[in-house]
Amino acid sequence: MLGFGFLYAPIVLLVLYSFNASRLVTVWGGFSPRWYGALFRNEAFGAAALTSLEVAAAAATLSLVLGTFAGFSMARFGRFPGRLVFGFLLLAPLIVPEVILGLSLLLLFVACQSWFGWPSRGMLTIMVAHATFGGCFVSVLVRAQLAGFDRALEEAALDLGARPWTVLARITLPGIRPALLAGWLLAFTLSLDDLVIASFVTGPAATTLPMAVFSSVRLGVSPEVNALATMFLAAVFVLVALAGWLMARQERRRQTTPRIRPI
Amino acid sequence: MALLEIAGISKRFGATAAVDDVSLSIERGAFYALLGPSGCGKTTLLRMIAGLDAPDGGRIVVDGTDVTRLPPYERPVNMMFQSYALFPHMDVARNIAFGLRQERMDGRRIAARVEEMLALVQMAGYERRRPHQLSGGQRQRVALARALAKLPKLLLLDEPLAALDRRLRAETRLELIGIQQRVGITFLVVTHDQEEALSMASRVAVMNRGRLAQTGTPAEIYERPASRFVADFVGEMNLFEGELTAGFNCLALAARSLGRQVPLPPGTKLPEGGAAALAVRPEKMVLSDVRPAGFAIAAAVSSISYLGGGSMIHFTTERGMLLKAYVPGAASDHLRRGMAVWASWPLEAGVVLTQ
Repeated sequence: MLGFGFLYAPIVLLVLYSFNASRLVTVWGGFSPRWYGALFRNEAFGAAALTSLEVAAAAATLSLVLGTFAGFSMARFGRFPGRLVFGFLLLAPLIVPEVILGLSLLLLFVACQSWFGWPSRGMLTIMVAHATFGGCFVSVLVRAQLAGFDRALEEAALDLGARPWTVLARITLPGIRPALLAGWLLAFTLSLDDLVIASFVTGPAATTLPMAVFSSVRLGVSPEVNALATMFLAAVFVLVALAGWLMARQERRRQTTPRIRPI
Repeated sequence: MALLEIAGISKRFGATAAVDDVSLSIERGAFYALLGPSGCGKTTLLRMIAGLDAPDGGRIVVDGTDVTRLPPYERPVNMMFQSYALFPHMDVARNIAFGLRQERMDGRRIAARVEEMLALVQMAGYERRRPHQLSGGQRQRVALARALAKLPKLLLLDEPLAALDRRLRAETRLELIGIQQRVGITFLVVTHDQEEALSMASRVAVMNRGRLAQTGTPAEIYERPASRFVADFVGEMNLFEGELTAGFNCLALAARSLGRQVPLPPGTKLPEGGAAALAVRPEKMVLSDVRPAGFAIAAAVSSISYLGGGSMIHFTTERGMLLKAYVPGAASDHLRRGMAVWASWPLEAGVVLTQ
């Protein structure tokens, strides 16, 4: 209880103070939504929010594609050579500290740019960086769902005359749809949240919302940031809840499908 | 020519041979049952006919075409899976239409066929239900309709009744026979339940450890088992193991577990001195409390199980061998536990087994 108190009391306070009428962040001056109004008029935050959303959507989509391929390789291709190494490499970005991930990606992008003249650092590099670790999360979800997926469904489709690609499109992908949706949402949320990696690999032109907030806080906390944080919190909460609900619903469905009685 | 010809088919999983050099031929329109204990390779054989597992050797010919190397989606064969494998994200109508869509059949004809199939399995009106909204018996019907929808030359059914409860199973058994007769499609059913195989099929193949033990009509399998395995696996059986010896002007069996000679059916022609077994069905056993003329075994009743239509009497011989006799009606009227009885059987009811 105490732990939860430490964790959530500041967040509750932050939400409360986002409705503070006072200019001072720490003094309650009555209820007012004025900082939300100010926030919407702040063009720097607006542009950064747009950048963030674009990067997050693109990174989540790329993560979904890469992560699905990786998940299928792990779940379906049996004991191919290097499977163990590949599996470990898939998990590594989830464990490696963000600072190291960010720095290594920065070095990669700098090297690439000096050798091939591409890519110049900005939204593209942030997106690629986010897709690398977002893809790992997607692959974990896809792999887990494929492990619980009834192969007899695919065999039945083959038996009924469907070619392998049709089986993938009509049976397998719809069957793991909850993992795909949840994976996309998770990658989107992670990209939206990320400050460290984005700060490393960005260029002069691209500022994401967390970067804009961080630099503004360094000049002093404005109540606008409270309002922004509250909105962010709400968005992230909704997305994570949605992802969780999708997985839970799938689990319930699976439990209501028939079990074969052991003979 | 037979609809399905299997020649010398084998499949190994690692060091074990799941299917070992099996040859089988199934006539058009047959209701064929593949019977065996779990792990005998019957499902693997079925999956190889469907194209879901590749054989290591041998040939599979369906209606004159060698399909051994064809992928499952190019074989004129459909399968009903043990788990039914209904697509959970599609409703009943789309499940049944799935195979027809792959053939690019015209939409109106698909709708007509789906309706026809639903009527056949008595599921009209359930078109829009999802599989998880159906009971086990209803799912089984939809799975059957889906597998029949393409009107395959051969329908494979993997333990079609195993997931149903006992009452439903007996009902569905009759329905399966009716449906098979109406559509005229050749059925190949895999089952571990000998009662199911004997009651449904026109022909039965018994499998054991990847090999065919015996093929024949249900009556042949039951009345004339070819080996100890078939005798023991199909129905209840009393088996006397022993050595062939000369008896009173005929061959007899020196049964080890009885410590005495047992007469063999008249006309048995086997070399003296070989090992053999005599198999006697419990319903052929005759129990009496007075010693009958001729051959009889002294025993004591050890238990009486009333089964409704009759009773199964277990009794023990003086040497401790446990035997079974099935008598019609409630046997407890005239038999009690511990009672001394004489057991005998008409000599021609015994079957001599050397394998």
